[in-house]
This record gives sequence, C-alpha cells and structure tokens, in this order.
Amino acid sequence: MDTAPASDRPGDQLRQDHPSYAEVQASAEFAELRGAHRSFAFPLTVAFVTWYLLYVLLSNYAGGFMSAKVVGNINVALVFGLAQFLTTFLIAWWYSRHAAAKLDPRAEAIKARMEGEA
Amino acid sequence: MSTAGHLLAVESTSDNRPLIITLFTVFVLATLAITVWAGRQTKDANDFYAGGRQFSGFQNGLAISGDYMSAASFLGIAGAIALAGYDGFLYSIGFLVAWLVALLLVAEPLRNSGRYTMGDVLAYRMRQRPVRTAAGVSTIVVSIFYLLAQMAGAGVLVSLLLGITSEAGKILIVVLVGVVMILYVSIGGMKGTTWVQMVKAVLLIAGTLLITFLVLLKFNFNVSDLLGEAAKNSGLGKEFLEPGQKYGVNATSKLDFISLGIALVLGTAGLPHILIRFYTVPTAKAARKSVNWAIGIIGGFYLMTIALGFGAAALLNRDDIIASNKAGNTAAPLLAEEIGGGADSTGGAILLAVISAVAFATILAVVAGLTLASSSSFAHDLYANVIRKGQASQKEEISAARWATVGIGTVAVVLGVFARDLNVAGLVALAFAVAASANLPTILYSLFWKRFTTQGALWSIYGGLVSSVFLVLFSPVVSGKETSMFPDVDFHWFPLENPGLISIPLGFLLGWLGTMVSKEQPDPEKYAELEVRSLTGYGAH
Repeated sequence: MDTAPASDRPGDQLRQDHPSYAEVQASAEFAELRGAHRSFAFPLTVAFVTWYLLYVLLSNYAGGFMSAKVVGNINVALVFGLAQFLTTFLIAWWYSRHAAAKLDPRAEAIKARMEGEA
Repeated sequence: MSTAGHLLAVESTSDNRPLIITLFTVFVLATLAITVWAGRQTKDANDFYAGGRQFSGFQNGLAISGDYMSAASFLGIAGAIALAGYDGFLYSIGFLVAWLVALLLVAEPLRNSGRYTMGDVLAYRMRQRPVRTAAGVSTIVVSIFYLLAQMAGAGVLVSLLLGITSEAGKILIVVLVGVVMILYVSIGGMKGTTWVQMVKAVLLIAGTLLITFLVLLKFNFNVSDLLGEAAKNSGLGKEFLEPGQKYGVNATSKLDFISLGIALVLGTAGLPHILIRFYTVPTAKAARKSVNWAIGIIGGFYLMTIALGFGAAALLNRDDIIASNKAGNTAAPLLAEEIGGGADSTGGAILLAVISAVAFATILAVVAGLTLASSSSFAHDLYANVIRKGQASQKEEISAARWATVGIGTVAVVLGVFARDLNVAGLVALAFAVAASANLPTILYSLFWKRFTTQGALWSIYGGLVSSVFLVLFSPVVSGKETSMFPDVDFHWFPLENPGLISIPLGFLLGWLGTMVSKEQPDPEKYAELEVRSLTGYGAH
C-alpha cells in the first residue's frame, strides 16, 4: 500500500500536477474544517486540564471539603475522583461524535477534491 | 485476614516456584512463536516500523493499553492504594485524563502527517538534520529512563515473586528480560511487538477482572463496606480514605504532587513509544478509534485497581505488605494469593502464579515497546536522515534498526543490572516530565503555530530536556533521602521530585522565545502542506 519513496522529506510529497497546498489552505472549505477542529478541541482541552487541576488542588488544599461524607464510607474526594473518570469518558465520546459529524465529512471532501485534481 | 507472617508468604512463594516458572515459560514461548510468525511477514520498513499499518482501531487500542499499562501502574498503583489509600487512587487519575490530550490534539494529525517516528512530525517543516537529531536524542533519553525503571523493577519484582534472593539470580532475570525483549523487537518489529502487547493487555485485563470480582464478592459487592474494612484494617481509620497520606504530608509534597499531575497529563501525548503506535492503523479515523478503545480499557483497568488496592488494604496485614516490598509493589500478588484461599492452599498458589505471570507479561510488553521506539528513532531519525542524509536504502535502514535494538537493549540490560538495587521507580515520572517538557511543546507548536521555526523547536526540545534532567539530578530522586537513588550522599538543592512544574512551562516558553528571536523566516508553503495534510489525511502514508 505504500508506494512513496523511502525518504520522507516534505518536498517529496509534492507532485507537479497537484494544486498547491497554500491554495487549499486558503480556501473557505479548509478554513471551516480548521475552525471546526480548533474551536472544539482548544477550549475543551483548556477545560479538562483546568478541571483536573481543580481536583488536584482540592485534594491538596481542601481536605475538609474532600473528607465530607456522601454516603456510607464514600466521601466527596472519592466521588470527585470517579467524576474525573466519567468526564474523561464523556469528553472522548463527545469529541468522537463531533469529529464524525463536523470534521470527517469536510476532511473527506477536501481530500477527494485534491486527489481528483492531482 | 492473613494472620500468617510475611515469612510464610515468601516461603509459599518459593513453593509455588515451579508453577510460576511454568506460566512464565509458556508466555515467553507463545509470544516468541508469535514474534517469529510476525518476523516472517516483516519485509519492508513499513512493516518493521509501523506493523504494515493494517491493525484495526480496536487491535491498536488493545496494544496501546498493553504498551502503556506498565508494571508501575499495575503493581505500583495497587500497592500505593494498599498503603496510602486515597492518594494512590489520586495518582492513577492523571494517567487516564492525559489521553484526552492525545485524542483531541495529537493522534490524528500525527497519523496523517508522520511516517514512522515522532521526529517525522517535529522535523516536518523545519531544517531536517538539527531537528531530527534533537528528536532522536529526546526519544532515546525518554525511552532509556523509562526502560531503566522497568528493567530494574523487573529484576526486583520477578526475584520477589520467585523467591530469589541471590544477586546472581537477580542479574540473571534482568538479562533474561533483556534478551527476550531484544528478540521480540529485532525479529518481530512493530508487528510482533503489537501482538505481544495485545496478548498482554488481554491477560492483564482478565487477571485484574478475576481478582476484582473475587474481592467484591467477598464484600457482597458493597463498595462502602470494602472501603470501611480497608480503612479499619489499615490502622489509619477514616483518614485512609481521604487525601493526604502520601502527597499531603507537607507544603513541598503538595507542590510536588501538582508538578507530578501536570507532568502526567501533558507527558502521555509526548511519549515516543505511545506516539509510534498511531502509525500502525490505516487512517486518522482508526487512530481516533484506537485512542477511544485505549481510554475505555485503561479507564476500566484503573477503576479495577481501586478494588485491588483497597482489597489488599482490607484483606492483608499492612505489615506483611510492607515487609514483602516497602513500596507495596507485591500487594496485588499477595492479594491474589489471599483471595484464592491463602498461602498453602491450591487456589492461592494458582492465583498467585497467574498474577505473577501477568505482571511478567506486563513488563515484557512495555520494555519491548520502549526498545522499539528508541531503535526506530535511532535508525530512521539519526541514521537514515541525519547520518546518511536520506540516502540509505530501506534494507540498510531496517538493518540499522535491528542492530540498534540489540545495542539499546544491551545498554538497558547493563544499566538495569547496575541499577537493580537502586530506587529507580521515580524515573518513570521523570520520563513523563521530559516528554511533557521537551516533546509536547514542539509537537503542538509544529502542528498549530504557523510562525514556529527551527530555532524554536531546538530551544524547546533541548531546553525542556536539559532542564528536566538537570533538576532531577539535583532533586531528592537522586540524592539526599532514604528513598533516593543514592541515599548515602546528598547534593540535592531542588526540593521537588518532579521537575514538571518548572521544566514544562520552560519548554513552552523557550519554543516561543526561540521562534520570536530567530532571524529565520518560517516557510509558509511547508506549513500549508503540514496543516492541509494533518487535517485532511491527504497524502498520508
């Protein structure tokens, strides 16, 4: 399946009859694709890192709050920790849904057009 | 409740030796057979480095889990929970959350634009030779630190499980692990390594599920009762279930935990042996699927370690755990023995042997992944692209990779033998810190910052690498504490064990600064190429 030359210097990828990458990059379709990725992934990354740091900071400096009993021997600290698992699973699911709906079709379309023109 | 003293536990371990050795041997022979089969199918560089790129998202998700869940997570986290309660659990969470960075920002663009190594993406739009050299150096340093911790740990752990006390026996085990790992990688390449990691992941999950089920059964699936018994039996009471036993001791240890947490979350997506796994699937979509599977598997696994760790605290005598291994690394195998019916019972012997074999498989799969990452980077980044300037044939490149495997494997064995009695567990956290400080900033800047230049990449990689290694050298990890690598000398002045708090921001800052002060103009055409390819998958290998 791999017929590209052994070297992988970037220049080797360019073929003569190929629309320039700069043209594709400047296109409205590509701007949409980039925007759909960045506007989703960047804020979400900031959010989950902050959420994790909040958990670490509370564990470090808010012992009283974290030790409060929820039910039986289960305290706030344990619930908070399990919530980190839950949010990780949910974010992974949410991103994959977003990617399938907003990223994959756009990426496919641009790729198909480039391959067609090449 | 285990009333037998720790001596009994150790004795019974040596009674079980034939069974444990049999299981070890079966695993090694079976995986070597897979390796030989995979080796026959390894014909070109694509096969050797990327396993032919034909693994499915699920298969790769399993292999990623097998690559990532080291003995440090399996035995280390269970042991940390068994001894420090809640703080052990707290430690495990960073390892999971980290996967979101890989999922959202790194896995897909890397799969689309790279070929065999992390260096492919770092050097994509930069001057090849200096950046490839930096990427190769950083890959090899991160992998060797990680490898050293695993090798030394393997010697200690396997000796303990087999009841070996002689120095010659411990050395033999490190050498044996090294030889098997070299065979896996040099013969089977990425294909063989991937299968070994998949088999290991299945064994690890099955073993953990079994013990978790038996522990929960003992408490009628009432987690609150399990926690209560663990707290009571630990002798610490309610505090055992609250933050603070390990990381909350004083202001420095609290700061240290913040540093560790940041390093874990940002380091995973910069670990070369994880990154090269994304090349083994055909598309970026499959890479995304593999991370999703990995998140599910790894998350499920860490949830089970809660039962394992608190189960050990509830069912074993705390002094026995500490007597067997100070860090609690044998808590999980001892728990398996207890839950199977206790020492001297057949059930106990079988479960202990099974869990020991799982731990052994875990070590082998992880060291194989690390060796592959470093020898790939040596052959592809340093040999083929820097030394031979891209003129090496595929055959020469694969041959270089195989020899690099033997060379790096040998270095790891020698270091592992010397380090066998040193406390090197801290090196795993260091590997994460170096990955987060030296690799992640350059990966992110390369992919998302148009203006980024060669000088920025070099400052960031070398700055992150040197600062993190330098700080650790003068930290309590190396000297000045009872738990240090060299406890008898003291030349430490940096108070934290993990350098991430300083070195990660520094790596990002240097990448920015190096770019801003460089005279070189970034090449907009090359950035266009990288951005278009990384987002669309056009021209992907």
